[in-house]
Amino acid sequence: MDISIVFQIAAVGILVSVLNQVLVRAGREEQAMMTTLAGLIVVLFWIIRYISDLFNTVQTIFNL
Amino acid sequence: MEIMQIVIIGIITAILAITVKKQSPDMAAIISIAGSVLIFVTILPMLSGVIGILSSIESQISIDTAYVVIVIKVIGVAYIAEFGAQICADAGETSLASKIEMSGKIIIMVLSAPIIVSMLDMILAILPS
Repeated sequence: MDISIVFQIAAVGILVSVLNQVLVRAGREEQAMMTTLAGLIVVLFWIIRYISDLFNTVQTIFNL
Repeated sequence: MEIMQIVIIGIITAILAITVKKQSPDMAAIISIAGSVLIFVTILPMLSGVIGILSSIESQISIDTAYVVIVIKVIGVAYIAEFGAQICADAGETSLASKIEMSGKIIIMVLSAPIIVSMLDMILAILPS
């Protein structure tokens, strides 16, 4: 629950976009799209787990 | 102090989001969401302190406990609705953001209906009928 989560997501983002460029240059557009989607899904899972933790704490604090 | 921590987190998140925005705008949106969640998490303990003070005041003054609980709930709903609306507006979905805000207002109105009713009763009781 600290700044490292932001760094991890940024790292995945940069990695995926670099991979995308490499694959596109190598002429494999489909794999490029696949890796972008895969990176996006991994990051989405992280962020959703992270947001659910946040909403649980808010629920306990405000007894919503 | 928390404020410095929060400002640093905000600046770092903004810069990371900009660097990633050119290649993949969706990742930039997710980074900004992560940053706002992180700021929200760092500020929550202070907020729960305020909520604790609010509920402790409630025991001294003879306010009906239900009203203070409703006030706390309304604060929570407003906080989360604003959080979600800002994220949607940030991602460029302004119509979604306004929908979220509208539903937040409706939920707050529903939550505060009992207070309004009891206030009206009090006023009617005061008025010479």
